[in-house]
Amino acid sequence: MTEPVLSVRNLRVAFAGRRGTLTAIDDVSFDIAPGEILGVVGESGAGKSVTGSAVIGLIDPPGGIVGGQVLLKGERIDNLSPEAMRRIRGRRIGMIFQDPLTSLNPLYRVGRQIVETIRTHTDLSEKAARQRAIDLLAEVGIPAPERRIDGYPHEFSGGMRQRVVIALALAAEPELIIADEPTTALDVSVQAQIIALLKRLGSERGTAVMLVTHDMGVIAEAADRVAVMYSGRIAEIGPVRDVVQNPLHPYAKGLMGAIPTLAQDTDRLAQIPGSMPRLSNIPPGCAFNPRCPSVFGRCRVERPDPIPVGAHRVACHLYDRSEASAA
Amino acid sequence: MNAPVMPLPQPDTRPGDAPYVVIEGLRRTFDVSRPWLNRVIERQPRQILRAVDGVSFAIRRGQTFALVGESGSGKSTVARMVVGLLPPSAGDVRITGVSMTDPREAAARRRLRRRIQMIFQDPYASMNPRWRVRNIIAEPIRAFNLLQGDVAIGRRVGELLGLVGLHPDDGVKYPHEFSGGQRQRIAIARALASEAEFLVGDEPTSALDVSVQAQILNLMRDLQDRLGLTYLFISHNLAVVRHMANRIGVMYLGRVVEIADGRELFRAPKHPYTRMLLDSVPDIGLTGRKRIPVSGEIPNPIDPPTGCAFNPRCPFANERCRTEVPTLVEGVACHAFQERRLPA
Repeated sequence: MTEPVLSVRNLRVAFAGRRGTLTAIDDVSFDIAPGEILGVVGESGAGKSVTGSAVIGLIDPPGGIVGGQVLLKGERIDNLSPEAMRRIRGRRIGMIFQDPLTSLNPLYRVGRQIVETIRTHTDLSEKAARQRAIDLLAEVGIPAPERRIDGYPHEFSGGMRQRVVIALALAAEPELIIADEPTTALDVSVQAQIIALLKRLGSERGTAVMLVTHDMGVIAEAADRVAVMYSGRIAEIGPVRDVVQNPLHPYAKGLMGAIPTLAQDTDRLAQIPGSMPRLSNIPPGCAFNPRCPSVFGRCRVERPDPIPVGAHRVACHLYDRSEASAA
Repeated sequence: MNAPVMPLPQPDTRPGDAPYVVIEGLRRTFDVSRPWLNRVIERQPRQILRAVDGVSFAIRRGQTFALVGESGSGKSTVARMVVGLLPPSAGDVRITGVSMTDPREAAARRRLRRRIQMIFQDPYASMNPRWRVRNIIAEPIRAFNLLQGDVAIGRRVGELLGLVGLHPDDGVKYPHEFSGGQRQRIAIARALASEAEFLVGDEPTSALDVSVQAQILNLMRDLQDRLGLTYLFISHNLAVVRHMANRIGVMYLGRVVEIADGRELFRAPKHPYTRMLLDSVPDIGLTGRKRIPVSGEIPNPIDPPTGCAFNPRCPFANERCRTEVPTLVEGVACHAFQERRLPA
């Protein structure tokens, strides 16, 4: 077993507010191996983006990591100084966000932005860095890169801009890329191209990718493993095919049933009653218990910890062996 | 089952047979030219964007017609013209035989108006945040003078809230006290308050989480079954469209490129664009289907390609495709299909 690129251990993130502290991420643990794409999926408010931000140390006060560890190739990075963390961001961890325009400076040519990133993190000369920028643009599938490198961001279409951002994220050959909803703003035909590109990165460069999205379809296409988040915790994590086809956690089951698919006709979609609780109002016990069809007494008082079930890990009392033998 | 693809132009057939909505040759252009002075100084011509160009289809009573397409395909512009938010540049929309554009039919149109309602993507933006929900829902009842007296109106509002799965007591709350899915329920209740028969939903579930989206889609289907509603459903999400629609029109750059019954479209897509679109949708089905690699993007609608708008991305394009605009024949607007050049 190779050493994971990223290890998150019992991560807790909290935001201090006037009415007390809100825990956005509560005891989240996962690993990402080299070349692996881990999908992190959940509905709004599940904590998937906060998890990504915590890994790269971009949680603004009053929020912060209040527990657990984040390890990059075995070294802790959650307790680094902002200055040390800034050197890791961009060089060892690349980032791709939903809206490429917010990641690009509209006043600078894209080439200059990529060259600047390369030169900040490596000791390449200006000329070598420019050549490398052209190579990167070619690698992410931008036609005529030697010409396009001198274009401004507004001269690129949405899909092409997202490719530029990916090139930017790759500039310093990071070990890990955090992609937060990278395809959400794109049309499906372009989205498919970006997914293919992300997959290629994993297989050709061995880059580990944490792919945060609400779109289960994107995860099913792109990811190797998936973590389903609910209310700041991982409800279920496992190989993507297993989790999609045979979800175990009642929330994951509900989620998969709620997604209309192209493959089959369903008269009625499965629906989960209610909606995700607000952070200020997370129910005791399992956070999903008020919406859960299989809820029983223990769920309302005791919070379930993830337990291994086959290749999955599931945070649900239904799969606790001592419970099964008692029943 | 094989209804004619092109809408029948004669509106005076028997009411049971005539489609509820007939859209014919709908076109909308927008003038996106620079200001006059700039044009004169820089010697630039006027620039006209054809957002919708010759769209025709019909919707039968109690059925759901969906328009799918990527951004810039013109599907929302069609929706806005159908409900009368935007006057068409050419063509006509007839609902129960009444023209939405002919000035001579203004009186009939006014009577019909309350039967047509729209549901938007962002329900919060379509509600006054300072009004209580009961007043938001009661507004159409008062505006169209459907009921007199606060007691009767209050009872009706309670009924409507119950119909969309909310509690009658929720009426005293303000929109911000509800979640996105509940707000969309409120928007549906308001649409039904005027006794609407025809709802136009422009991406009504696109802003919602999937589990909530399922609730709203199920609700819309239940209401259709109970009240016999007719829907025009606009979405970019093919899986949602497949779930909702009886008939589907696929739009590309302002034109309908394929129109077919829902199942038929997904079982045997004909137009190369439809095939590409179906191939590119990430799906949890994990069927391991073989995919045609997708290439290119939607061209700029200000400067569309000549001939078939899809020809620069189409693997089957030939000289005719680059010069001659294909018309919709047997539900497909494609020269290659008509010349039987497409692989099965």
